[in-house]
Amino acid sequence: MNKVTPAGRLTRCLLLLLAVLAVVGAAGPAAAQDDDEAPAGDEDATEFVRGTLIDRKGTRDRDDDAPVEGAEVLIEAVVLDDADEIVEREEVGTAVTDDEGRFEFGLPGPGTYAGTLDVDTLPDGVGLADGADELTFPINQGDSRTLIFDLGARERQTTTQLDRAVDLAVTGAQFGLTIAICAVGLSLIFGTTGLTNFAHGELVTFGALITYLSNSVFGMPFVLSVVVAVLAGMAFGWLQDSGLWRPLRRRGTGLIAMMIVTIGLQFFLRNMYQYFTNGRLLNYDEYLTPAGRDVGGLFVYTSRDLAIAATSVLVLAAVLIALSKTRLGRATRAVSDNPDLAAATGIGVDRVISVVWILGSGLAALAGVFLGFQLGVSFQIGQLILLLLFAAVCLGGLGTIWEKMIGALLMGVLIDISTLVVPAELKNAGALLLLIVILLVRPQGLLGRRERIG
Amino acid sequence: MDLIVSPLHDAFTPTAISFVLAAIGLNIHFGYAGLLNFGQAAFAAVGAYGMGVAIASFDLPLVLAILVGLIAAVVLALIMGAPTLRLRADYLAIVTIAVAEIMRLIFSTTFKDYFRARDGVSGFTDSFRALNPLSESMGSFASFSRNDLWVMMVGWPLVILILLFVWAIMRSPWGRVVKSIREDEDAVRSLGKNVYSYKMQALILGGMIGAVGGFVGAQGLASVQPDSYNLDFTFIAFTMLILGGAARVLSPVAGAVIFWALLSFLGELLTMLSSGDSPLIPPEFMTPDQVGNIRFAFVGLALMLLMIFRPQGLFGDKKEIALDAR
Repeated sequence: MNKVTPAGRLTRCLLLLLAVLAVVGAAGPAAAQDDDEAPAGDEDATEFVRGTLIDRKGTRDRDDDAPVEGAEVLIEAVVLDDADEIVEREEVGTAVTDDEGRFEFGLPGPGTYAGTLDVDTLPDGVGLADGADELTFPINQGDSRTLIFDLGARERQTTTQLDRAVDLAVTGAQFGLTIAICAVGLSLIFGTTGLTNFAHGELVTFGALITYLSNSVFGMPFVLSVVVAVLAGMAFGWLQDSGLWRPLRRRGTGLIAMMIVTIGLQFFLRNMYQYFTNGRLLNYDEYLTPAGRDVGGLFVYTSRDLAIAATSVLVLAAVLIALSKTRLGRATRAVSDNPDLAAATGIGVDRVISVVWILGSGLAALAGVFLGFQLGVSFQIGQLILLLLFAAVCLGGLGTIWEKMIGALLMGVLIDISTLVVPAELKNAGALLLLIVILLVRPQGLLGRRERIG
Repeated sequence: MDLIVSPLHDAFTPTAISFVLAAIGLNIHFGYAGLLNFGQAAFAAVGAYGMGVAIASFDLPLVLAILVGLIAAVVLALIMGAPTLRLRADYLAIVTIAVAEIMRLIFSTTFKDYFRARDGVSGFTDSFRALNPLSESMGSFASFSRNDLWVMMVGWPLVILILLFVWAIMRSPWGRVVKSIREDEDAVRSLGKNVYSYKMQALILGGMIGAVGGFVGAQGLASVQPDSYNLDFTFIAFTMLILGGAARVLSPVAGAVIFWALLSFLGELLTMLSSGDSPLIPPEFMTPDQVGNIRFAFVGLALMLLMIFRPQGLFGDKKEIALDAR
């Protein structure tokens, strides 16, 4: 094998990757929002604060929701001290909500602002459910910020632990489904190449960022943006495999060395994402605050939850069927089992691995789209879920993809259920602890066959 | 001017010392024993928290507080190592990362009376600073404050002492066994050595050195915050080690100094190019705020390229790197 080629190709591919990121980024700062009517405040503003005031009437049933018209939000420029206390304030203007409860206000420039909801302008019987009436927020160049005031009770009043458990299990299952989508990709890649991919989380972030770019910046419809994001994710995966990992495999780079390369890649991509997003927490333009429907007093779902769950189940089912029924699927399983034997029987191992990367990255991007709702679109998505992904894969064990899906689902449910006994901030620690325990006690996974692996 | 001064400055700060020590610890784990410990941040964290909390909350004298930090590191090594040292390399990596993340979550969310959540522990530097022999009227030297200088005056000799120790112990029979475990575990086992016990000793030793790094870093910054000990801490220490070349006594120091100097040079250069009235790099492309991301992106890129083209680093020996999956 020619030794020079991988290096040359690697360099070219890194350049290409940089170019792709540059194109993505160049579009980022141009995130100007077009609106039918000019917002209040500074007419030439490029920085905005906006929000929607809706009276939820103490339920989470959409039919009860009523937008609040004519409420006033006082916008002030403020100076904070070290303890984030306001030490100086200067009024900038007042935003008033329209008949849909929306308000938008153009700010005079970057800086720190406070938005105060004037409770006296709310209709009789409507008040803040919880949270402060004053929110302070920093604004960077070209930023826009959504203020959320909770009117009416937003959280359902729950009485018993059991009552909460059902609610939590449903939330957890939703998260678990999303994690399952990523976990399938991660374990397919691990299965066929032996690579422990620490940069898999960045493929997830990639999906969320592309969706944001397409939906919020270029204004494409959300559903179309999802398709764009998945396709872009697949292309990204193909690029990574053919530009980086395949040349490394040809060079005979060890698995541990490759694992450290994935760490470098993770570091690189995460910082590039942060650079392009300026470290902001972004939001998609559509389906941001769907109203919930109560199911028999047990749990609340929204149309968005339903769509995400349905898509996840369909995609997972499709992957399962494809792996077990198609030629390529069988080839993939053969490569996972024994690459040399697979190659000897005439399977194009490189092609199979390439397909696995494309599939895995596409799935990761799709999961990223969903996580963009649950965690907000930010450069940190990948970092936040990476270890949970590993935990899910280990919980599922070495076995089939089917077991991995169950493992991920189970982990999602366990994480949320665990908040019944541990503080919510520690819930992920529980999942990691579970990861360790599983690796020690049942390295073959909860459902896996007994087999010596490590 | 800053292009030269600032890298020289940053390569020797107390923070740099703390990373040097973390990397020396990692060198024992990864370089000599072949243990892929990705949880070095946890050792630095328990060291720093152990010392900080012992002084801030329990008013222990400095020496006892340092002892508390070291014991905490030993306990962590036992807890982390006891179950995991039998695992394969990549599994060990995942478990150690998970432990480090759990520790970070614990420090940032529990026992808030002691760990002070995200604000971090502070107010533990008095006893150390009281020992400072430098005169109080000296002002600053080479833009280092009197306190920083004192931390450096203790820290760098400490680094040298620890390096001497590492050099000596790696020449000893113990060191030879540890190195041969990296090369071939089964062969060592067949010679009747208790591989597990040696691995554990290596983990404890490297972890304690990491905890010393935590002490120095904490004294330098005068505070201990949970987020300073995230995954990035370990990865940066790893990059330094690999830059210098694993399994060489001096390489963590060389790697860390070169790393900080380059990082600082890049930061200064990019800041210079992107600020001012008519910057060379227009603000649409990069503002001074974004310099941090760009230079850390370079760290990632550097780690990738190093691992691909020169896994033995600047001074290492390719034969001595434990990079084959076992």
